[in-house]
Order: sequence, then structure tokens, then C-alpha cells
Amino acid sequence: MRNVWLIWRREMRSYFVSPIAYILLLMCAFIFGFFFWSLLQAYLQFSMEAQMRGEMFPMNMPEEITRRLFGNIPVTGLFIIPLITMRLFAEEKRTGTIELLTTSPIRDGEVILGKWLAATTMYCCLLLLSVLNVAFLFFYSHPDWKPILVSYLGLFLQAAALLAFGTFFSTLTKNQIIAGAATFCACLLLFVCGWIGEYNSETWARVLAYLSVSTHMESFTRGTLDSKDLIFYVTAIFVGLFLTARSIESLRWRS
Amino acid sequence: MITVKELTKRYARNTAVDHISFEIQKGQIVGFLGPNGAGKTTTMRMLTCFLPPTSGSATVAGFDVLEEPMEVKKRIGYLPETPPLYPEMMTGEYLSFVGSLKGLRGAELKQRIDYVSERCAIADVRNKQLGKLSKGYRQRVGLAQAIIHNPEVLILDEPTAGLDPKQINETRDLIKSLAGDHTIILSTHILPEVEQICQQVIIISKGKLVATDTVDNLQNRSRGAESVFVEVAGRNGALDTTLVQARIGKVSGVSRIVLKEKHPAHSTFEVETQKDHFVRGDLARAIVEAGWDLNEMRSAAVSLEEIFLQLTGKQEATPREDAVVAGASK
Repeated sequence: MRNVWLIWRREMRSYFVSPIAYILLLMCAFIFGFFFWSLLQAYLQFSMEAQMRGEMFPMNMPEEITRRLFGNIPVTGLFIIPLITMRLFAEEKRTGTIELLTTSPIRDGEVILGKWLAATTMYCCLLLLSVLNVAFLFFYSHPDWKPILVSYLGLFLQAAALLAFGTFFSTLTKNQIIAGAATFCACLLLFVCGWIGEYNSETWARVLAYLSVSTHMESFTRGTLDSKDLIFYVTAIFVGLFLTARSIESLRWRS
Repeated sequence: MITVKELTKRYARNTAVDHISFEIQKGQIVGFLGPNGAGKTTTMRMLTCFLPPTSGSATVAGFDVLEEPMEVKKRIGYLPETPPLYPEMMTGEYLSFVGSLKGLRGAELKQRIDYVSERCAIADVRNKQLGKLSKGYRQRVGLAQAIIHNPEVLILDEPTAGLDPKQINETRDLIKSLAGDHTIILSTHILPEVEQICQQVIIISKGKLVATDTVDNLQNRSRGAESVFVEVAGRNGALDTTLVQARIGKVSGVSRIVLKEKHPAHSTFEVETQKDHFVRGDLARAIVEAGWDLNEMRSAAVSLEEIFLQLTGKQEATPREDAVVAGASK
């Protein structure tokens, strides 16, 4: 466990010593801010029109806004996740520091876990920026905090699963750009492969729909905790980290 | 301390290390000698558990590299060809990270960091970023991380490659000073380095063990025969090189003459001598008496290649075109 902590700490430092962390934070602050602002504008307009027509505003505005916002964050994540994970192992392979790790008395699993945890921590820092936006809603109204918390759990789990796959792709190459591009491609496919299920109800399409990370997100954004979706994400994390471990092991036999 | 038996590493297309066996006693400095691509790094990587061997076995400090890699890793300090440095880290921070990885903590870790920084003369860059250090400092930080946990065995892959002469000497002295406490294997393709630092030599070529011997024995075996460079100039501004070659070939003890550089007025030859023949005096006299000027005479460093040839008794596969075999011209 101590070794995991060691690796985690080194990774976190390297995120925050280099400009990577700050650039990502800045990017996310802008993007989340824009999402929030535009959603707020839309609903202000909508409620004003409703009032002018003399209707009651029919829905719970803060909840509608957070639901939309949490629907947008994973899309941002698609672009952010490759940026977070691409250097994890690719950089170590390029500079040769991987030799230090593999010849030290530390297990591969500890290295992988430490790195993946650092990546998820980094992503959590970015998620926290959106909390700033959500906090405004609490300031001016009284939304229910429980579904919001569940949504955040969903966002976290989905990202953690994709980050695990990103970690895996980072072990495959020395080149960060290739690792990043492969991760982006995989994340995007995992994101959209559910679409096929909307028009097609054959078994393979249903399987594909099941494998999509976005379909399992719906229950979370509705504010319900569905064990089926929870298990899906946790399994995906395990599969990603397992593939990483196998890839690191094969590195020794191949290189 | 280290026992290697029939160690083999095969890749899809080639065999990098081919049935190598040797043994290293505790406290020795062993030079791992061979041309580039001979399999030095691969062998070292197998000893450090970075690569698993295809067949054969290696034990370090009594532990098998395949069976108990964790125990082996605890007892090994390894400096790869390029020091494994994280460019964004500070030197002190990096040493602390590596020390913790190797299982040191608390006061012991602090004390070891102080010790290795002083020992490797890197105390003055402890608060500098590794990426901004000069090559010499990087190499010494690499050495510092290898010895931080006071390992029984030190494996150094070309520790002096890419350093300037002053740094090379400092690094060699440092390695020599470490010998008492550690068993050291260092790889190199520079022969004098082995002569200076090591007690034992393991020579490999194309993945095969060519010779393993003490340095003294090796030197005795290779000494005797030497190569001399001579630059000869003609008095009247022209020089007939074949005439010079024929004349030098007649000097007793000369085994071979190679024309190295040819100019209209002067030319350079490499003269190889037979074992235990000291020919320089005769050579100089012969050239001057023939009416040429002797501009320069210096001994050519015996290259590793030649040591190989001598040790293995192999003939060169393709004789150089302009070589004149001494016996034939007589």
C-alpha cells in the first residue's frame, strides 16, 4: 500500500509541477462555466416566456440544469481523459524510467494502481470545478442535494473506467500522442456504441448497447443508484486495470 | 555472489545472449566487455529481473531471478544506459522517491540521501531539477540512486558513456571506491576502463562468452604485439608508397603494414609487429637510411577488436585491400 501511495504522490507532483494540470483545470473551468451559463440562459428565457403566457413554470429548474450539465460533462471527459492518461506509462517508456520501476522491489500492480489512482484524482480535481457552478444553484435556490451526489458518483465511476482503459493504452507505446489518440478513439466508441441499440433490437446490438458507458449513466443522472450500473462500471475498471497489468507483463517478454 | 548458468535470451529473429555461464565472487569489480550489440545490456537486464531469460538460470546473492525476483531486486542497484531520471523532479526529491521505492524510510532514508549525495558529489544540485542537470551530474545522480539502498550487487551499464574525460576519471574513481562494500558489474566497450577499474573481465561477442579472465592475465595475453603509426615523407616532395611498404616489411619483427593515408609527399602507415618484438628503433633507422623523413611515430591503441581476434585466434574475415603481408614481400 505504501508503494501505491509513493507512486500516486510522484504522479500527482508531476501533474502539478508541469503545466498539464493547470491547463486542464483552466480548460475545464471555461468549458463547465460555458455549459452552465448557456443552460441558465436557456432556462431563464424559457421561464420568462412561460410567465408571459401566464403559465406556471412546469419543471424544477435547478434540477433540470444540473441534469443537463451532468449530461455534458462526460462529453468533455472524452477529450480530457486521453490528455490525463496518455503520459502515464508512455513517458516512462520513452525516458527509460520504467526500468527503475521494474527493477525496484515493487509489484507491477502497485505501480498500475498508483498511476490510475493519480489519474482519477486528477479527474476529480477537474470535476470539483463543476461543483463551483452547482454551488450557485444552492446559493439561489434549494435543489435536492442527494440526486446531485449520485450524479457525481456516476460521473466519477464512468471516468474511472475510461481512465483505466487510458492507462492500458499508455502501456502499449512510447509515443504519448499515439496513446492519447488510441484512448480517445476507444472512449468515443465506448461512448457511442449504445446508439445502435436505439434502432436495432437484435442480440448483438443489445450487447453493444450494454457495453456502452453512456447508457449506464442514465440512472445516475436521474438520481437513482442502480446496482446493475454500479457493477458495470466497477467491472469496467477491473477489466481496464487487468489489461494494463497483462500489457506491463508482456512488456518484459517482448522488449 | 552472482552465478549465471547457460543463460540465454532469444527474440523472435535473433539470439541476443547465447548460453552464457560465469561466476562472480563477492566484493569484486567485474568488467563486462564487448562491442555494441554484443548482448551486454540484455545480460544485465536479465540479472536485474527486467527481462526474463529464455532458458538457463541466474542467481544473485543466492536468489534466483525468476523464482524470487523481489528478493533479488532488493539486493541490486542498477544504473541503466540512460540514467532513469524524471526530468521534472528535484535531485533530492528524486533520491527520496527512489530510496522509498527500495524500502528505506524515515531517518535511515535521510541519512542515506545525505551519504550518497556526498559520495557522488551531487550535494550542490539537490535543489535543482533533474532535467536541467548536465550530463555528468545526471550520470552521478544515476549512480547515487543505484547505491542508495546500499545494495550488495551493483550493476552499471556503461557508466562512463558520454562523459568528458574529467568526468570519466571522477566516475571511475567513484566506482573504484565503492568496490569494498559492493560486488560490481560494469559494462563497457572501452578497454582501458576495464584495465583501470576491474579485477576480472568477462568478454562477450555476438551473445557468446569469448573469455573470462583476470585483467592481469588479459593484459599479458594481449601485450607483446603492438601497432605503430608512422608517417613517412619523401625528401623531394614525392613518395613511392609501395617502396616504403617493401622496405618496412623487411624490418625484422614486422608482421603487417597497412597504408592508412596517402598524400603525394607523405603517407601514414600502420605497422603491426609480432609478439615480443620491439621494432621501433629498427623501423626508424630503416626509414631514415632509405632516404625518407620520419615525421611521426606513435603507438596505436590496441582496439577491443584486436584483443578479440587475439583471444579467439580468429582471422579477419576480409583482409584489408592494401595490406602487404610482410613475409610475402621478402
